Amino acid sequence: MSIPSTWDVIVIGGGHNGLVTAAYLARAGKKVLVLERRYCVGGAAVTEEIFPGFKFSVFSYVVSLLRPEIIRDLDLPRHGLEILPLESTVTPLDNGDYLAGWGDPDKTRREIARHSLRDAEAMTEFGRLMHHMAQAVKPILGMVPPDPTSLSPRELTGLLRVGRHFKDLGAERFHALYKLMTMSSADYLDEWFETDGLKATKSASGIIGTFLGPRSPGTAYVLLHHYMGEIDGSFRAWGFAKGGTGAISESIAGAARRFGAEIRTDAGVSKVLVRRGGAAGVVLDNGDELRARVVVSSLDPHRTFLQLVGEDHLPDEFVGDIRRFKFRGSSGKVNLALGELPNFTCLPGVGPHLRGAISISPSIDYLERAYDDAKYGEFSKAPYMDVIIPSMIDPGMAPPGKHVMSIFVQYAPYHLNGGWTDAKREAFGDAVVDTLTRYAPNLKQAILHRQVVTPADIERTTGLTEGNIFQGELSLHQLFFLRPAPRWAQYRTPVRHLYQCGAGTHPGGGIMGASGRLAALRILGDGR
Amino acid sequence: MEGFAWRRWAGYTAASVYELTHEREYHAVRSSAALFDVTPLYKYLIRGRDAARLLDRVVTRDIAKCRVGQVLYTPWCDGRGKVIDDGTVSRLDETTFRMTAADPNIRWLQLNASGLECTIEDVSERIAALSLQGPLSRVILEHACEQDLAALKFFRLTTAKIAGVTVTISRTGYTGDLGYEVWVDAARALPVWDGLIAAGRHYGITPAGLLALDLVRNEAGLLLIDVDYISAHHALIESQTSTPYELSLGWTVALDKERFNGRDALVAEASRGPAWRFMGIEVDWDALERLYADVGLPPKLPTTAWRASVPLYVGGVQVGYATSGCWSPLLKRYIALAHLEGPYGQPDTVVEMEITVEHRRKRAGATVRALPFFNPPRKRA
Repeated sequence: MSIPSTWDVIVIGGGHNGLVTAAYLARAGKKVLVLERRYCVGGAAVTEEIFPGFKFSVFSYVVSLLRPEIIRDLDLPRHGLEILPLESTVTPLDNGDYLAGWGDPDKTRREIARHSLRDAEAMTEFGRLMHHMAQAVKPILGMVPPDPTSLSPRELTGLLRVGRHFKDLGAERFHALYKLMTMSSADYLDEWFETDGLKATKSASGIIGTFLGPRSPGTAYVLLHHYMGEIDGSFRAWGFAKGGTGAISESIAGAARRFGAEIRTDAGVSKVLVRRGGAAGVVLDNGDELRARVVVSSLDPHRTFLQLVGEDHLPDEFVGDIRRFKFRGSSGKVNLALGELPNFTCLPGVGPHLRGAISISPSIDYLERAYDDAKYGEFSKAPYMDVIIPSMIDPGMAPPGKHVMSIFVQYAPYHLNGGWTDAKREAFGDAVVDTLTRYAPNLKQAILHRQVVTPADIERTTGLTEGNIFQGELSLHQLFFLRPAPRWAQYRTPVRHLYQCGAGTHPGGGIMGASGRLAALRILGDGR
Repeated sequence: MEGFAWRRWAGYTAASVYELTHEREYHAVRSSAALFDVTPLYKYLIRGRDAARLLDRVVTRDIAKCRVGQVLYTPWCDGRGKVIDDGTVSRLDETTFRMTAADPNIRWLQLNASGLECTIEDVSERIAALSLQGPLSRVILEHACEQDLAALKFFRLTTAKIAGVTVTISRTGYTGDLGYEVWVDAARALPVWDGLIAAGRHYGITPAGLLALDLVRNEAGLLLIDVDYISAHHALIESQTSTPYELSLGWTVALDKERFNGRDALVAEASRGPAWRFMGIEVDWDALERLYADVGLPPKLPTTAWRASVPLYVGGVQVGYATSGCWSPLLKRYIALAHLEGPYGQPDTVVEMEITVEHRRKRAGATVRALPFFNPPRKRA
């Protein structure tokens, strides 16, 4: 056993949240060590050259809601963060036509008007309502969730803030928000729009990462995420990171190092050392013991508590809550190296549509059928897909004239009938390529290399339990003061000196970094 | 191309933007490559035994130090040391120079050439200029001219052939990034443009207009005549004029030169220190957010660069004014270029900038910064 060194804080896991926590703590003068099991930092936000010359954002592929305050506080642009616009979404329709949303709102209105004049105009009003809803919810992303059952002054103040916040909305908007929080995205959008492809494409953002369909209650709420990105407006925390999502992680790591944090890769943690009810350090896979005054885990709740800490050190009730925390990975990725650009039948040739997202979501029924397969333990035969061609946005992602294609695929249930095997993985890849080839007939012949990533692969590579990309479903019963468990939603844990900072805590999900930042602020607030 | 918006430039129209929005053109400058048509620049060819002497009389920099194949950025002043214009001087051979300017300058050059043996020719219409800017500009240009450009250093020039047309390539630009300007006979410029676009097809090249250019030149802290300063030849009152020191261009003034326009005034100013400094301003985000939150809005940021005079305050007293500004999508900062009274022109000085929020004038906290805001190593590498 090596001589134990003492750190103020050890952060387990070098994903983006772990790095954000480390950077904030190091900035506050703490002596911080980050331990990452893999050879590179980033967790699910990594760029890897899977095929020579072709770089893939293997898992997470766009920047969604990276918090502006993190970009500013850590000065991420200085460390290489460059977010490029991803301005359009094109949905090929089953009748051979397409439906597009472009970067220019008036151009989008003209486009929607081809399908429905009414919908074209409803877009503006809908956008205004969603703006207000998003504005109402957004401050919550930057708030440590108050405990509604506690009577401590601090918690009551927090609750009052939330209460006052919603009271200020006024009755009409409060009702709209309530509907948004409880309805299915299909029903919610039905109240506004008539064009099926439009509703399907919008509702798709509500099902990403969940084991739910567009007709499942509770999916409407996630529609808000898109509009929250718009509130950040010209700050543009929404788009494609130059160099892939790994470049985001690298920029945060760069900031953390500049503040003095040490980051070790190839350093997996096997155990959190618990001494007299408090965390005292960690044990590495190689048996080394490292001591620290505070340990922070950026891993998901399952991995943190049931594997690294162990049930013996935890109250039974809490163990039960963590066991019941739902993961149910439901999505996969297919990453393609292409010799030529796909030629979409609905919009032939090379055009601006290839610089944005291509959404395979022609109708609500299409999405719901895709979900039907998953409900019964199969991957979707005709899945929902969110496709981007990163090399069209950042030419550095592929050799000149060649391309990479990132295909986010849903549904691919973690609990597949018979389990995931190599053959099942390839069959899943075939279903994806075959479906997409129906819309872009030259796709199959353009493929130089194919990487298929199932939820089982996500779990094995990144450690995310059941391959859930959000470290646990973003469903209402797992949000805010219930994420990941009642009473333990404030980044603390039942083990003294052990904190959690991953997406399994509020607000979680996407490359947002909010969990990591709030955890760091909580640790500093606790005087650690 | 789906939309052209035009802007007046030196009696020509120049594209403001080639698409509905300029966002992609802007990002191309910083992440791949953008091609600008900067032909409306004024260009003069100065030739003869005394060409160097003429330029030495006119500009503030030392032309004797400009070697063949080198380019200098320089302002030039009137007899009182007030800036008339700024541009570049390229030494094409021992006795031939090309000068670029933002304003017509032939009369001024001729006035200064009396008694000297040289010719001054206005080649503004004869020579076209295409500016290829961005991190991938070198690889694209190398493809286009089938020539290795690694040896071409910052502010140096060389000759090459693009699409069979002989061109001059200078490693210069108005973006503060890696970039080149291609100088070519105007009648043969179109095939060169097409050749560059073709060579850049796999490298994300995009034609770009003045809206994108205005954003990047703010990030690069580069001055614009009639916006950031007024030519001494156009100023109606004394306070509208500026010296090179007041524009933070002291580094371009070669006081050791024996004689040049404005030397005496500039020597005096150099010893007493300038009354003004030209600096960067960074608006404090939290202050901006608070001002907007007070009226129930998220912060509203300009999507294009603005060109207006905006007051700057310290302790309620005006200490300067910003003349250009923008939200930098790359740096994620609200930046501006500003004139500050001497004592307030130091980096990290805390000031307030006027911001109009919902029709009401407010003040947001801001900090004085050294220019440029953005200066990537690749620019000179």
